[in-house]
Amino acid sequence: MADLHFLANPARFRRFSQRVLPGLGFATALMLAVGFYMAFFVAPQDYQQGDTVRIMFVHVPSAWLSMAGYALLAALGASLLVWRHPLAALMARAAAPVGASFAAVCLLTGSLWGRPMWGTYWVWDARLTSMLLLFFLYLGHIALSRAYDSPERGDRAAAILALIGVINLPIIKFSVDWWNTLHQPASITRLDAPAIHTSILVPLLWMAVSLLLLFVFLVLLRTETEIDRRRLENAEAAA
Amino acid sequence: MAPPLLEVTGLACRRGGRMVFDRLSFGLGEGQLLALTGRNGSGKTSLLRALAGLTPPEAGTVAWQGEDIARDRESWRGRLAWLGHLDGLKGDLSVIENLLTAERLRGGEAGDRLDGALLAFDLTALAAREVRTLSAGQRRRTALARIVLSQAPLWLLDEPLNALDAPAQAAFRAALQIHLSAGGLAIAATHAELGIEGRSLELGSTLSSTSPPGGGEEHDGDVA
Amino acid sequence: MSGFTALLTRDLRLVLRRPGDVGVVLAFFVVATVLFPLGIGPETNLLARIAAGVLWCAALFAALLSLERLFAADYEDGTLDLLLLAPWPLELAALAKCLAHWIVTGLPLSLLAPVLGIAFGLDGPSLLALGATLLVGTPTLSLIGGLAAALTLGARKSGALLALLALPLCVPTLIFGAGAIEALAAGEGIVTHVAILAALALVALATTPWAIAAALRQAGE
Repeated sequence: MADLHFLANPARFRRFSQRVLPGLGFATALMLAVGFYMAFFVAPQDYQQGDTVRIMFVHVPSAWLSMAGYALLAALGASLLVWRHPLAALMARAAAPVGASFAAVCLLTGSLWGRPMWGTYWVWDARLTSMLLLFFLYLGHIALSRAYDSPERGDRAAAILALIGVINLPIIKFSVDWWNTLHQPASITRLDAPAIHTSILVPLLWMAVSLLLLFVFLVLLRTETEIDRRRLENAEAAA
Repeated sequence: MAPPLLEVTGLACRRGGRMVFDRLSFGLGEGQLLALTGRNGSGKTSLLRALAGLTPPEAGTVAWQGEDIARDRESWRGRLAWLGHLDGLKGDLSVIENLLTAERLRGGEAGDRLDGALLAFDLTALAAREVRTLSAGQRRRTALARIVLSQAPLWLLDEPLNALDAPAQAAFRAALQIHLSAGGLAIAATHAELGIEGRSLELGSTLSSTSPPGGGEEHDGDVA
Repeated sequence: MSGFTALLTRDLRLVLRRPGDVGVVLAFFVVATVLFPLGIGPETNLLARIAAGVLWCAALFAALLSLERLFAADYEDGTLDLLLLAPWPLELAALAKCLAHWIVTGLPLSLLAPVLGIAFGLDGPSLLALGATLLVGTPTLSLIGGLAAALTLGARKSGALLALLALPLCVPTLIFGAGAIEALAAGEGIVTHVAILAALALVALATTPWAIAAALRQAGE
């Protein structure tokens, strides 16, 4: 017999996402197309870095989104622990790999961006190192949520981790910044966007919004999958 | 007839996505024993853990003297003596050390009562032995001594007769009888006969959300 | 005797019954430390420069080693249920467990590290600073590690997972702990570092007992 308890909110969510996803997907694709066009053809070259600065249009928004993603994990974790909301657990499971991917993209693009400047694929730049640690925090969350035979136990453990992690993120960032200034000369290696000018700002913000839409699209899509998977697991257990 | 001290209303428990029991209600008064029977996996342990507050129930309330235990969990925990599947003993500590520590962890001090608890389960000769050198039956007796020592009004026991030989079972019955006569309550999940007069509740018979109120079948009288 | 004291003395007494457990952790610390000169080369200048980092990292790994059993032993013999049912706050119990861990791990490591530091060519003031920073920093490691242990209780691959969870969170302590020795070598004072280490410990103290208790309750469900 159907287990009504579980279906309450996740079912409603699923109906909502079914309606929203196609339109959202189309809008996302469109915005990304326009954004990439602007980034590659409209925005000017940087006098110092040339064309490689265009990577920034993916690198910087990826950084923002990966950080926002972890904040989302923390918020979902709080909602799971306080209200035992089944949807919060499933959405967190869906969102963590998306956030981790954005962190990975940020690291990759940062590495590619830096290569022409530094001559190597990695330097221990403060922001890249912080992003690397954030990536590890994501990996921990993903691994922990899947480390238990009972997925509910994994969800709740990961929720606690997300809350502790989000508190520690500013602390980690602060200490890595401090560590970096101590060990490196102040000058060259800052992966910075050049002086912000409208011709740079508009494509940057456009790409930020486009990637945000992509983030939301992916999370909604994966949440649907997680709902279906959990429903299947519950059905198997009851059989 | 006095109102029941312990009142369980509409208790439901979910484990791993399925409902183990639903809309379970019963009351237990001073000096009463409730035996939980049913097959493995029928929810006896789940019920005990839900009563203890270890597992939050899906629905329903547990009330002590009319008050919901969820209001003051700390006080509720102080009223319980818990015997789980596992003995809850530290192998590297002696019998006496285990009993004294267990009582201190409950916020009490064993004092004079220690000798009585040891005597009740014939542990006086084993008192200084480290628990890991004891047999399974001796460990279970030590765990039961811990229960007796606690002086808690409500005993929650999961398969108390496990690994006990005939003399030890007799000792358990005697201790349980003393506890009940003094006005204590006890709920025990058991496969075997407890051999003491009390009510029984069979779990796992018809478990779906359309089960009749009670969720299980109650019988009065001797535990068969 | 309060429940907190009872739990603390019980755990310390248990360690005394098996002193080898502590010995193994300290032996690991020494062996791990010794690997670095073997792997990098015994050049004295280089060793003196990397000493702080190496000793701090090795201490971190050694502290992690004993964490997996912190709650697992109680979980396996059923005494965790009794802690969950104790009529006093579980957060205090969590604190007692972490304190016991620090006393048998962090504290000895803080005393042993300066001795090893001699082999790395650190001077007197640096050795003192090493011991002092470890003394202030290792409690944080015990708290964070305790949280990782509670979160991974009963999980698959709990040992590696515990390290994956704990290490990133320990980075700030590592940075300021090792950084203090370098600051000293550069002629600066270490007061700021020690103060920050203390602040990190306070933050851990304010946040982790709650999280550990929540994780332990989840394990008991």
